[in-house]
Amino acid sequence: MSAPSLIAASGDSLREAFGKALATLAETRERLVALDADIAGGTGLHHFRKAHPSRFFQFGIAEQNMMAVAGGMAATGLIPVVTTFAVFCLRAVEQARLSIAYAKRNVKIVASHPGLDVGPDGGSAQALEDLAAFRAIPGMTVLSPADPHEMALATQAAVDFDGPVYMRTGRSPACSVYANGHVFRIGKGHILRDGHDVTLIACGVEVARALEAAKLLAAENISARVVNMATIKPIDADLVARCAEETGAIVTAEDHNTIGGLGGAVAEALVRARPCPVEFVGLEDVFGESGEPDELAEKYRLTAPHIAAAAKRALKRKRHG
Amino acid sequence: MSAISLAARQDQDRVYARLAAIAARTRQLAIAGIYRAGSGHPGGALSAADLLAVLYGAELNIPGGTADDPARDRFVLSKGHAAPALYAVWAAMGYVADAVPLALRRIGTASQGHPHVLDLPLSETSTGSLGQGFSVAIGMALGLRHQYVAARVYAMLGDGECQEGEVWEGAMCAAHHGLSNLCAIIDYNKLQSDDRNANIMGLEPFAAKWRAFGWHAIEIDGHDRAAILAALAEAAATHDRPTIVIAHTIKGKGVSYMEDRPLWHGSVKMKPDETRQALAELGATETDIATWMA
Repeated sequence: MSAPSLIAASGDSLREAFGKALATLAETRERLVALDADIAGGTGLHHFRKAHPSRFFQFGIAEQNMMAVAGGMAATGLIPVVTTFAVFCLRAVEQARLSIAYAKRNVKIVASHPGLDVGPDGGSAQALEDLAAFRAIPGMTVLSPADPHEMALATQAAVDFDGPVYMRTGRSPACSVYANGHVFRIGKGHILRDGHDVTLIACGVEVARALEAAKLLAAENISARVVNMATIKPIDADLVARCAEETGAIVTAEDHNTIGGLGGAVAEALVRARPCPVEFVGLEDVFGESGEPDELAEKYRLTAPHIAAAAKRALKRKRHG
Repeated sequence: MSAISLAARQDQDRVYARLAAIAARTRQLAIAGIYRAGSGHPGGALSAADLLAVLYGAELNIPGGTADDPARDRFVLSKGHAAPALYAVWAAMGYVADAVPLALRRIGTASQGHPHVLDLPLSETSTGSLGQGFSVAIGMALGLRHQYVAARVYAMLGDGECQEGEVWEGAMCAAHHGLSNLCAIIDYNKLQSDDRNANIMGLEPFAAKWRAFGWHAIEIDGHDRAAILAALAEAAATHDRPTIVIAHTIKGKGVSYMEDRPLWHGSVKMKPDETRQALAELGATETDIATWMA
């Protein structure tokens, strides 16, 4: 696996990758419709609007209604893709719960602008709770792909999956983790780099950072496995247990509160199967603030050196049993 | 009076007699279900009964009485706490067995405290959190129109429900999209959980609000079955915008000690003597009363 490279053009953000993929997928999927709340330009949905204007539905700045409307459209046999910023998905959690998940509607909720990756808009806009909230809804599949290539594959998997899905995209230019040929499967984690001392389990923008952290650790003769856990729910419990068995220590990394998201899902899987020391990289139950994404990632300890430091803490606990 | 108009009058009388019977049966089974459950909301079930009877008895096209036909009309009970009346009107129509309303709120049954589409598909969606059923109905209207299905969509809202912001998001949305295949009906019984609407959060001028949001608004007496039929016909003949039928009703309608009294809004445990009196006032037979209360 080559080192992750930052793709310079903003056109290669996860949101853009999603938008382009959806527009293409819709060409062969007549039942696909897309719902927007006045931010198609920001969510990547502008590609779909341009390609399929008659299947693009505008709801204005009214996310609660839009979310429940999606449930109603699904009830007529359509496959609605609801898009807004992650923080506004939080505004409509209860609509997603009752009118989509409880009614078992085939709706895809695609959330752009998650986490500190939002950057300068600041704490009010940075959703750090969405994975936890949507993960707690029965029957809701939760995805957070790692790079534009995987985003395109995950978009197809989500659209072709029968059931409600919540999927995070991302605002900033994305790092490229995968070359062509990656196979994405809902519910399956993917070992990007093998190792035997510790496993770094990451999702979204943190996957590229975890790969960097593994290189930092290698320089100190620590062998770190890196897992891209793009499906937060259902978590790949078998892989988590196997990593615990084979490496004996785990670090989770996510652009999210350390409560209830990827870290929570991994820890829950571990205590059921094979407990081992776990360290959590993420926001330590605090809100974000304005700043550039890289500055914020550094300040809130989401970058590779912080993941590497967490790995060493986990290793120390492993060795002291 | 000519012979033709006499025949027409007789037909009309038969229609109204049938709708009156459906409404009565709906009220009886709703109260019986709430009594047997030991909880449930009687006031809003009784206020909605005539509207439900006319909708199911005369307006909705639901082939086979099931949710199987993609071209069927849809009815969404957005005020999901009136589930006892919804299950009861289905039973009155013969769509489900009497056991459905009578098993209300019982563990292991399909008769959930609020309508759940996976248990009872005629619910069309799951409701209970106010405002959402209205939005879902809007989604159905949009989805059907998008697929060139001529079916109509009806949603019943409570008056207190219209304090939810989502209702006004939906009101704007349905008008903006010109959803003339959508008709919302408000069971305007003036009471909500704790008190009168006017004392909790006033709704007036109610019809003016809906008109300002771009809806065709009709105000009627929600217990006058001829007026309900006429309003629904007017809604169906309105081709450029959604219609709201603001139906003035009496909470607890048909049971003397419940009418217009807030305390019968909430989920109540009905006593046997209260229930017996209520069922008698609603015209239940002695046999039915004995069976249901056994």
